[in-house]
Amino acid sequence: MTTTAQAAGRSPVRRLAGTLHRHPRLRLSLLLTAPLLWLAVLYLGSLAVLFVSAFWTTNSFTSEVVKVWSTDNFHALFTTPVFRQVILRSIGVALAVTVLCAVIAFPVAFYTARIAKPKWRPLLVVAILTPLWASYLVKVYAWRLILSQGGLADWMLKPFGMSGPGFGLLAAVIALTYLWLPYMILPIHTALEQLPASLLDASADLGGRPARTFRSVVLPMVLPSVAAGSVFTFSLSLGDYITVQIVGGKTQLIGNLVYSNIELNLPMAAALGTVPVVVIVLYLLAMRRTGALSSL
Amino acid sequence: MRLTTTLRAAAAVAVLVAATACGSSDSGGSSSSTGLNPPDLKAQSKLGKTEGQVNLIAWAGYVEDGSNDPKVDWVSDFEKQTGCQVNSKVAASSDEMVKLMKTGQYDAVSASGDASLRLIASGDAAPVNTSLVPNYKDVFSGLKGGAWNSVDGQMYGIPHGRGANLLMYNTQKVTPAPTSWSAVFDDASQYKGHVTAYDSPIYIADAALYLKATKPELKIKDPYALDQEQFDAAVALLKNQSANVGEYWSDYLKEISAFKSGDSVVGTTWQVIANLAADEGAKVKAFVPKEGSTGWSDTWMISAKAKHPNCAYKWMDWIISPKVNAQVAEYFGEAPANAKACDQTSDKSFCDTFHAADEAYWKNIAFWNTPIEQCLDGRTDVKCVPYAKWVQAWTEIKG
Repeated sequence: MTTTAQAAGRSPVRRLAGTLHRHPRLRLSLLLTAPLLWLAVLYLGSLAVLFVSAFWTTNSFTSEVVKVWSTDNFHALFTTPVFRQVILRSIGVALAVTVLCAVIAFPVAFYTARIAKPKWRPLLVVAILTPLWASYLVKVYAWRLILSQGGLADWMLKPFGMSGPGFGLLAAVIALTYLWLPYMILPIHTALEQLPASLLDASADLGGRPARTFRSVVLPMVLPSVAAGSVFTFSLSLGDYITVQIVGGKTQLIGNLVYSNIELNLPMAAALGTVPVVVIVLYLLAMRRTGALSSL
Repeated sequence: MRLTTTLRAAAAVAVLVAATACGSSDSGGSSSSTGLNPPDLKAQSKLGKTEGQVNLIAWAGYVEDGSNDPKVDWVSDFEKQTGCQVNSKVAASSDEMVKLMKTGQYDAVSASGDASLRLIASGDAAPVNTSLVPNYKDVFSGLKGGAWNSVDGQMYGIPHGRGANLLMYNTQKVTPAPTSWSAVFDDASQYKGHVTAYDSPIYIADAALYLKATKPELKIKDPYALDQEQFDAAVALLKNQSANVGEYWSDYLKEISAFKSGDSVVGTTWQVIANLAADEGAKVKAFVPKEGSTGWSDTWMISAKAKHPNCAYKWMDWIISPKVNAQVAEYFGEAPANAKACDQTSDKSFCDTFHAADEAYWKNIAFWNTPIEQCLDGRTDVKCVPYAKWVQAWTEIKG
């Protein structure tokens, strides 16, 4: 068999494999095209469409989108008191939920990661995750029953001469805190689990009281994880509009405004929709400085 | 909006004629006064062969094929008799209906009055030839030629049923029993945090209706035709009300649960919600207050771009046939459109409960309509506030 015959007899598949082997850049680009297309076209592309459509207007009667360039929607966003109020309220709710989650999650994670017997730890983690198995709506409607007049909250607070918060902003914060708590506990749990016991011992040996050890040793090492958890709790709360509809009484958040505008005034809804995107990008940039993104 | 000067003049003349011809122009016949200028579409003149399928947009409970409840099924027989396979899409709001109709993929829609004029004006809904719908002759006269379903006497749909927005109150917590809408407006502070209202911009009309009776100096004639001053007064009233509102409802299950638990004690409702809440043990009563009330009337409209118009006509006739109209009215909880449906209801007192044949009752009801710039009450010297502004105002009222 001559060499030419051998070359002619090579199958196309092998030839392709050879080409790919010789050109690593080609290999890489083929590998990444599909996921990059997904990211660029479907994700960034839809964000771009959202942003562009925010500059359009609608026919006030037929509510058809009129593709005429104008910045009216953004102008309205910043000048209309109700929009400003709702945006600030939404950010406030997201921050409150994040802080509450962090405050509640820390002791829970500390127990599951360091105090509980090692053989129980995996089970405790599963227990923390079980609420995530139930439907979001079931959980929120359960909170509606708990917080309703004469419900569980009223009944439990009655002996102290108090009544439950009823439906409203506070109820929404409570329900959202409950919903997103596992997303905060897990990263803190992981960070505390990886914290070397020797560091705590060393702090104690050097005369550090528990409070000092917590402040100077534990907190700095766990903070990036708290920040990582807060990315979840903050962004999930900022985008939520169903919980607040069910337990929030008459409270409106950004999501509710987007929802109420989407049928009649799509460009306004798009302008409102860019607000959480911008807020979350700013939040992520702030969190990057804490090193949170590397511990996600 | 695209009104030419000639048409404007013609509209003004028509208003004069209408005003002199009939004293009351509250409902029916005077649609030309709206200045509404729909695209020139022709109604179908005769029925052809059915197309084998029909695509419908409907309120939940209007197109039931037994998949939600095996006993509730009026679609299967229709499919058997006409050979038209029914594909239905449930819409959650009037706005969604308008949007879906614009896609041109649907043949017919069960539009409420706050959607119907928009569909007519944009040319998405075609005029309907009522002679192709044999059951139309039995429809209550109060539903024919309404301002919300016809233009210049030309019907743009087939009436399906109607209902009033009632005032419901908790008989134990609200004493003495209210007689007026003031219970949720001027006197609402007594029940601070426990007042409820319907969560839609169209609710602004309820405030306007109350002002029509209590503030005659505002000269409100039609709660859906408000000039800027009247509109501002209604919005101010609702902003005051908002301080006393516990929650707004759009989902009727949410309202039932709120009245059962006592989170809401007074507010607007529909007859069906009042019945269900009472069945579930809530101590409630619902009635039409002395100022009258707003209400809704749904109309099956056919798309101007319908691909299956013959099946759509068959459907419109089917849904108002006495037996089916009775079934759907009982299932949904509304007054049927067909007078003969009252003999077919399983609960013989159904039509009395829902005041189906009581035209005097409906005289006090201002049916939902779409507010547009040309005042629907016929005024031409001012511009009325269009629906898009109502939507914005509603956001501000809720705060």
